[in-house]
Order: sequence, then C-alpha cells, then structure tokens
Amino acid sequence: MAKVPVQFTLNGSEKAEFIDSGTTLLNALRDKIGDTSPKGGCHQGTCGACSVIIDGELRLSCLTLAETCDGAAITTTLGLAEGGVMHPLQRAFLDTFATQCGFCTPGMIMAAKVLLDHTPNPSRDEVIEALSGNICRCTGYEPIIQAVLRAARANSQNAA
Amino acid sequence: MALALHTFATVKDANAALKAAGTRYLGGGTLVIRAANEGDVSVSGLIRSIDPALSAIAIAGGKVSIGASVTMAAIARHPELGILAKAARAVGGPAVRNMATVGGNLFAPAPYGDFAVALLALDAMVGTDDGELPIETFLAGRDGSRAIVTSVSFTPPKADGFRFLKVSRVKPKGVSVLSIAAVLGQAADGTVSSARIALGCMADRPMRAKTAEKALLGRSLTKDGIAPALAAAGEGTSPITDPIATAWYRNEVLPVHLGRLLLS
Amino acid sequence: MELRKNYFADVRKDDLHEIGQPRPRSDSPGHVTGKTAYFADRSFPGMLHLKMVRSPHHHARIRSIDTSEAEKHPGVVRVLTAKDVPHNVYTILILIQIGPEDETVLADGKVRWKGEAVVAVLAETERAAQEAAAKVRIDYEVLPAVFDMEEALKPGAPLVNEYHGQNYYLYDSGECRKVRFGDVEAGFAGADHILEQSYQSSPIEHAPTETTGCVVAPEGNDRFTCYTNTQAMFFTLDNTSIILQMPGSKLHFVGGTVGGGFGGKVDVIVEPIAILGAKLTGRPVCFIYSREEEMQISSPRAAEKVVIKDGVMTDGRIVARKVTGYTDAGAYSRHSPYGAQKGAGHYPGPYTIPNVWIDTYCVYTNRTPSSAMRGFGVTIGDFALEVQMDKLARLIGMDPLEFRFINAYRDGDMKAHRQPTEGAALIECMQEASRVANWPVAEKYMAMSSYAKGA
Repeated sequence: MAKVPVQFTLNGSEKAEFIDSGTTLLNALRDKIGDTSPKGGCHQGTCGACSVIIDGELRLSCLTLAETCDGAAITTTLGLAEGGVMHPLQRAFLDTFATQCGFCTPGMIMAAKVLLDHTPNPSRDEVIEALSGNICRCTGYEPIIQAVLRAARANSQNAA
Repeated sequence: MALALHTFATVKDANAALKAAGTRYLGGGTLVIRAANEGDVSVSGLIRSIDPALSAIAIAGGKVSIGASVTMAAIARHPELGILAKAARAVGGPAVRNMATVGGNLFAPAPYGDFAVALLALDAMVGTDDGELPIETFLAGRDGSRAIVTSVSFTPPKADGFRFLKVSRVKPKGVSVLSIAAVLGQAADGTVSSARIALGCMADRPMRAKTAEKALLGRSLTKDGIAPALAAAGEGTSPITDPIATAWYRNEVLPVHLGRLLLS
Repeated sequence: MELRKNYFADVRKDDLHEIGQPRPRSDSPGHVTGKTAYFADRSFPGMLHLKMVRSPHHHARIRSIDTSEAEKHPGVVRVLTAKDVPHNVYTILILIQIGPEDETVLADGKVRWKGEAVVAVLAETERAAQEAAAKVRIDYEVLPAVFDMEEALKPGAPLVNEYHGQNYYLYDSGECRKVRFGDVEAGFAGADHILEQSYQSSPIEHAPTETTGCVVAPEGNDRFTCYTNTQAMFFTLDNTSIILQMPGSKLHFVGGTVGGGFGGKVDVIVEPIAILGAKLTGRPVCFIYSREEEMQISSPRAAEKVVIKDGVMTDGRIVARKVTGYTDAGAYSRHSPYGAQKGAGHYPGPYTIPNVWIDTYCVYTNRTPSSAMRGFGVTIGDFALEVQMDKLARLIGMDPLEFRFINAYRDGDMKAHRQPTEGAALIECMQEASRVANWPVAEKYMAMSSYAKGA
C-alpha cells in the first residue's frame, strides 16, 4: 500500500502526515490527526456533517481526497474557539438551543461560518440557502437559522 | 486492491493512464469518491489532471467555453455567465457546488445531472483531446467514453431565450423530481420560431423533448398555444423510478411543469 | 414562552422554578465546539473493519456458503458464519420473557428478508473488507415470499419464520391482543350511523444522521469495552451476554451519546457480532453501518393497517367502536409484539366509549424487521383515530372539535382496558387549543372540566 506525504495547515497549525493514497480528508483528519469534529454521516455528500473549510470554501471532507489538499489551509469547528472563548456562531448555537443530538452541529457551523465570512448580514433566505446542504434530523432547522441570524447580529454589533 | 490517486500535469498523460484497467477519472469527487465510499471496489486507480486549462472559462467571439474542471460555484458567480447561474445553483448545496464540476455533471446518472440538462438545451459541444462532439452524441455514448472531457462550449442565446426549472420535493432544494431547460427563439409576432427542450430524470440521462419542440413551432406562448406541446411532452420518455418519485409520477407532472416554464 | 396558569390553578402550587425557565443543555458546549465524543470518534491501533455479506433475496434457503476466496483476500483477518456465534438464535425481548427466540445473528440455513446478515468479514481496512465480502459465494434456493399482512395471514401463505410456526405472534390471548368492553354489537345495533374505514401506513425510516455502529476494544483480560450508540444500553449488554454466552462482567458498555436515534437504535444488531470479532481476533473492531445500510437494513417503524368501525348517535356520542389493527413485524419480532400490544391498550383513543372491541395482530412477512420508533404502536393508530373522528363529525354535521369535547375522556371514566381515567387534561388542552387556534366552540364546552362528568 503506497503511502503518500501530505502537508497542510489545520486551524492554523502545520500538519504533515504519511497517508494511504486514496484516503479521504475526513478519514485523515479523524483517524490520523485526531480532529474528530467533522462527522461521517453518509459518505455520499448528502448530509453535510463532514463539512470543513478549505482555502475559504466550504467542502465535503468525505468526498475530498486528503492528498488533493496539499498546501491548503483547512478550518474545522474544533479550531473556531480562540483562547477558550467560543466563536460567536458557537455561542449563538448554544444560546438558541440549535443543537439536539449534536451530530450535524460542526458541519452546520462550518456552513454558517463561510456564509458570514462572505455575507456578514445575511437575509433569512440567504441563511437557508447556505445551510441547504446540511441535514439536521432533530431540531427542525428553525433554531439553527435563528442561531446564524443571531451570530450575524452579534458580529455587526461588535463591529459598530 | 487499495485505492490510489495518480495526478498528471497534462490531459494527454492522464488519458494514457486511463487506458489501464480499473481506472476512473477523478473530477470533483462527488460521483467517484461517493462510489468508492459506498463499496464500489471495481475502481482502484483514480486519475486526475491538474492542467490549468481545465479550470478556465473563455468568453470570446460570441462563444462560451468552460473547462471541464470548472465548478458549479465558479459558474454561478461568474459575471458573464448569468444565464447559467440558475442551473449551476440547482446542483447540490454550497459544498457540493464548490466541488462538482461541469465535466462530472455530464456523467451524473439521473436523478443527478441537472446542469447537463441545461447544456443539452444549449446544444453544447463536448471537447476531448480527440476533438469535439455534439452533446447529444456524447451523452448517448457516455457509458463507453474513456477520453477525458476537457471543455464544453456553446453559443449563448439571448438572455430571455433560455429558461431553466428544477423541481424537487424539498425546499429550498433537493434531489430532482425532474428538471427542464429550454432555448426558445421567437418571431416578431411572439410565435416560437425555434425550440430546444431538454429534460432531466425523464430517462437515465438528459434527453430532448423533440416532439414537444416541433409542436411549439409557430405557436404563441399562451395556454392554448402550448397545449399541443404539453400533450406531446411525454413522448419517448422512460423516467427513472427512485425514492424521490415513480416513473408514473414524473410522467404525470412533466406537462404541468413544462407548461409553467413556457408560460413564465 | 407563555405559561397559562388558569388551568388546574386550585390543585397546583404556583412554585415552578424550572418549568418555563430556559436552562442550558449540559451537552451543548461539547456539540458546538466539536468536542462531544460519539462512538466513532474512538479509534484504536490495529482496529479491524467489519463488513456484512447480506442476503439479496427476500426469502431463500441457503444451500452452501463458500468463504475460502474471501479468507485468502489480502488484509482479511477472519470470516464469521453462523457456526461461530455461541447462541445464534435470539430475540431482544426475551429479557422480559417475551419469546420465542426467533432471529439469527448470522443466517443459518435460511434467509427471511432482503438484507439479512449472512457472513461477517473482518479486515485490516474497510476497502479490504468490502473486496473480500464481494468474494463470499452463497448458493441460495429462492423461496416464495409474502409482503402483505393480510396475505400472510391467509391459509397456505409461505411460512416466514419457523420459530413461530405461523405468520402471527401468538399472545397468551391467542392470535391477537384483545380488549372487550361492553357489548359492541349491541352498540352498533342501537347507533344512528355506522362508519367503517380502513387506514394504512408504510414503513418509516428514522434516518439518523449518525449511522448505527460500535467500536469494540479487547482489554487484554478477556474483558471487552464496547463504545456504542445504542439507545438501549442494558438491553444490549444483556442480550450480548446471552448471544456470546459471556458473563456480563466481561462486557463494559460505554454509550449515551447518540447522533440521532428516534427509536432506531434500540435493536441489538451490531454489538454482539463486533464483540465476537474482537474476541476471536484479539483485535479492536469497528462495525459501522453505511448510509445505505442505515436506510435499508436498520429497522423502520412498522407498516400498519387499522380498520375502525364506529357507531355514532346524531347527538355526537360514539356508542360503539371496533378496531382491528395489524402491525407488520417483518421477518422477526424485535419490538413489534410489544408495539402491537401497545396499540391494543391505546385504542379506542382518549375517548370514553361504552362498547369497545379491539383486536391487534403482530404479523410476520418477508420485509425488513421493524421495531421501535417514536410512539410505535400508537402513532399510526392516533392518525387513523383522529381522521376517523373528523369523518364521524362530518357524517353527523357536527363541528369536529365540539364532537371531541362530547366524547373526551375525563377523570373517573372507566377506560376500555379497565383502567380508571385519572389526571386527564384533554378537555383543558382542547379549550386552550380552541383559544390559540381561534377555532371557537360553544360556551358549554368552554365551561367543561376534566374533573366532573356533567359539569
């Protein structure tokens, strides 16, 4: 089995691993690096639980081969809190009861973060569109939509 | 055999590597990696090319050429590809659109491949290192196709001449019940002078609604004018049955949605 | 959130400190930071991957199984068949004396539904396990199958499950659970109108975002730690103990964190075979359903058919109700005999009816075994009952909500299964629903109470 080297930054810190060729980024992050915040819900690109941010774009780590990420900057939900302080999105998900089983939450937060990075004051429709690739089976979406809108408001208040 | 990825700078070298048994071209991964994850062990070698030409969009001389590795997201945000934005945004969620490519969509089996439906209505040409093929010919032979698709090109119609509709059961979006794309030319009196209508999910791959196209010629886009075309919409279709809808249901609702698209 | 305190004000101290107050969930900080540990977030060096070879047929005899090519496949460590399982025939509810044992961990001689587990392959990688699974050769003799409950109950139908001997669960009350209250035929005879309708539902998949699975680690002292997303921790531990003929003290189950269950993770399906794999290889083992397995293999909510016959008076009183319920267990019992029994207890709904006759059947077919899901045994029944209530109201030209006030059970009423009603709040719920839904009812109904009949 051919091992291939791969290097990228994960949440700002450099990672270098030898992985089996053909390993998905999801498996590399979880099994090799130990960041289990991206979840494997379907391995088909349908549920969004494995969503991560690669070079500023939302991607499905279950359908991305790790070796295609050489040199990339990867962000996961595990890397959002800074100095033990939650990211405004994490805080908003907590405050609006936007989690139940929690399995979809890291993917939801990734999708929401990319939205807010590009669109700091999204409309409700833009939030729904941004989350349209992420499935939640418990909460019924409304608290999640509210969480993203609340985080956007918190950001704009901080900026003002 | 374990899965392995082989990356080539040129399409030529990648094409050569694809001659080996058990290989498949890797585009955005939304079809190929999905199949591997689901236990398809028939493929062990994944081949890709990182030739920058595959990611280029060229618009010149009234012609649009899109590299096969261009993603749905890149099309959706491109300022000069506004007519295709709706079809590109119809594919998947944001993450899928950041990965799924134009080339890959040509191979997506129903109920996927909504973007290819748009390309079929646009009468696109599909480019490989061996030359260009009309998209209809390409789609008919895609199961045996081994040459890497490098680009698709087409002459864009007037902005109001292209219409696209994707129907799904989930809002804001989900897997297709069906999708329809139409390129319509209209005479000065408003009657239809030319029509190309493409359907998704009405067969195992995108297909033309040729009888409906003929029935539209010379007709006005009114409820009565389009009635013969709607009556003929289902001719030659053999829709898929899947968890989203039965073949019967797809055939029943096709005229309804075609009517809405034509009258919109 | 609005708390309406006017209801039952005289029987309740108004000293609620928690109800009506938002309180942070204890698990949310882990969820939003990505630190919550689900079972699949544990991995161990040398962990093997288990893949199941499944029946492609709905009903078939197994003539032979050839695992020789699979065993030779690179990366394969062990291949398991029925003979490797110490106590291969089990049933989950045996723990509460609901038998007989009727299901195989790995199919032995016969498969009874499409997707049934036949051979387990343990390999170094998921890919090697998938490749080897494709090399297992099973020779089947396809048998006639039955998919419809009423067909299955007819004489001469293919016998689905030999451990039962007939295509229904044999209760101590006979071929069905029965409730008999008053004289239903006399009730029908005296009714102004009779309405008989049938209702049916298809199986429903829970589709949790996290698929069913477990990770097992041998502890080196003949003890095994099993990280699992089961919703039924002790049922799983005790059944595993029976299946593997291993004392419970050798089994350490770690769970409680479930990525969506909805009742779909109460069966004992992945843990016994994964622990057996770990025991026989001495290696950690993970067995995680693919999305396709979760959708096709895991138990759905049972398909149900409900036939309701009601006798109703023009003044709105229901005087007789006869219900026949059918629960499609699929090929094996799992929790379905309990579901069908719950249905019997739940009919005739939250209404006081003087003459009631209930029969509920738990039926075996060659479909995917069904099991628990959110109110199984009563949810489909409630749908049927409430649609029936609307139809009855329409039949006699009465407002559907007022019709329910007339028939609502109240404290002190004797229920059909002879439990006196207590703590009913249906009248008050409907009064509040009438108010917030802006669906007014006559003043006499707004003056009613769950306490006093005739008030």
